[in-house]
Amino acid sequence: MGMTMTQKILARAAGQESVKAGDLILARLDLVLGNDITAPVGIREFKRLGLDDVFDKTKIALVPDHFTPNKDIKSAEQAKVVRDFAAEKDILNYFEVGEVGIEHALLPEKGLVVAGDVVIGADSHTCTYGALGAFSTGVGSTDMAAGMATGKAWFKVPEAIKFNLTGKLRPYTSGKDLILHIIGMIGVDGALYKSMEFTGEGMHTLTMDDRFTIANMAIEAGAKNGIFEVDDLTREYMREHSARAFTEFTADADAEYAEVIDIDLSRVPHTVAFPHLPENARTPENWGEVAIDQVVIGSCTNGRLSDLERAAEILKGRRVKKGIRAIIFPATQRIYLEALENGTLKTLVEAGCVISAPTCGPCLGGHMGILAAGERCVSTTNRNFLGRMGHVESEVYLASPEVAAASAVTGRITAPEEVM
Amino acid sequence: MNAKGTVIKYGDNIDTDVIIPARYLNTSLPEELAQHCMEDIDKEFVNKVRPGDIMVGGANFGCGSSREHAPIAIKASGISCVIAESFARIFFRNSLNIGLPIMECPEAAKDIEEGETVSINFDTGVITNESKGRTYQATAFPPFMQDLINSGGLVKYIEEGKM
Repeated sequence: MGMTMTQKILARAAGQESVKAGDLILARLDLVLGNDITAPVGIREFKRLGLDDVFDKTKIALVPDHFTPNKDIKSAEQAKVVRDFAAEKDILNYFEVGEVGIEHALLPEKGLVVAGDVVIGADSHTCTYGALGAFSTGVGSTDMAAGMATGKAWFKVPEAIKFNLTGKLRPYTSGKDLILHIIGMIGVDGALYKSMEFTGEGMHTLTMDDRFTIANMAIEAGAKNGIFEVDDLTREYMREHSARAFTEFTADADAEYAEVIDIDLSRVPHTVAFPHLPENARTPENWGEVAIDQVVIGSCTNGRLSDLERAAEILKGRRVKKGIRAIIFPATQRIYLEALENGTLKTLVEAGCVISAPTCGPCLGGHMGILAAGERCVSTTNRNFLGRMGHVESEVYLASPEVAAASAVTGRITAPEEVM
Repeated sequence: MNAKGTVIKYGDNIDTDVIIPARYLNTSLPEELAQHCMEDIDKEFVNKVRPGDIMVGGANFGCGSSREHAPIAIKASGISCVIAESFARIFFRNSLNIGLPIMECPEAAKDIEEGETVSINFDTGVITNESKGRTYQATAFPPFMQDLINSGGLVKYIEEGKM
């Protein structure tokens, strides 16, 4: 029986000829990631092991991006635990404020992940790197600790759902619409324990930023990982950002899938996930009149350069409606600088947006845009759970940068075509 | 090993943001986290939970964030075992890794009601609903995971030289 992309990567990492769904394997890791919330717990567990050193100081990334710049004293203490550990163990890839960006935008940009890698991160959106043809998955802090100690992790080999993409997305529609559309179709546990493998001729029409957005939200369907086939665009991205050699894996022709889902990209509608689950996907005819208080454009899902550019295209020459707070989070320093240099940030500021430092910030109700009781936010982030962005009686509506920008103009959930 | 306690029951898709909201993630101390466990969906949880109580959830329990603070908060609040129809995969891993007992058993999760008394035999996977006089068989863990559980979590498993 043939193997899926994910199964081939895992087989190599386990040093086996082949694996099949359900096998338990011990895989060697190419990178272990933690942030300022999860790493302190991981470091505590690592210390319990009483080891002097991590398995490889070049294969650990510590990215304090959640509650930084430090939002309060306790957060400052947690960030310090990470900083001190990085200094003590001489961790090469520790990123201080000024260098730091949102982890899942930062690591690909720094060339730390390439196709064929096996990556664990103590952050659920670690699945983002599947856009590069890597196997990457979120774990908890103890797995992170074990990974830092041994360079290995145990996995149950997943079966996969294959998404066969055809066609091309319509104007003002992007990867976020596609992934929300998919989660609406299969549900928040529709891919539980499984891989989501994206392939088909339509895949090649998706930008790298779109692919990062799509792989990023595989976890919102319960998936273990999301992964894209490697093509010319992926190779170009990796050569631009990384000096590391990469290995491409394609699924065998006779690979077995739990399900094959065909999607014509030209028929993917604008999609917004209503509170309080990402599966509550609605298309414009079912949006109704939803007045909003805040718009957030950013996060590991949609804080990349093209996301900001798409928002700026809609906001150019227009104004954020009076009374609406529109907050922009460039995901990394490089993205910030590029958006500054090409005029994107100017356009956004002139429209009445405020630009924040790169941080996870309000996405998880941390800081920099918390909601009061009864407030509603259209957000390009990834979760709209109860109380996710603040008060338990606030609401988050997940949307693309295009829909978020259009909504900022009108003050209600709005399709881009209405304002363009 | 066995557990016995009173059931506190929740529905489907209990996410880690409601198990422990991110506003409390500026600490990782188990006892501090336990003070806020479940508060966004059940303000009374911290007052009513007693050591040994059993939490029962529906499908996709523990979905969302990878925060290990979620099973840590549940464990530190005194819960002896979580039974659910299904678990989100990161929560599943985290629970085994930190030594919070969990049981996947759709039949039990559907049938057991709030306030009932339930006992669990971890060796056999048999869940007994003492209030209703019924038993259910939980999905067995593969030997590797059972070994991990018996070690008391991943750190001890590594200390024993098993990984």
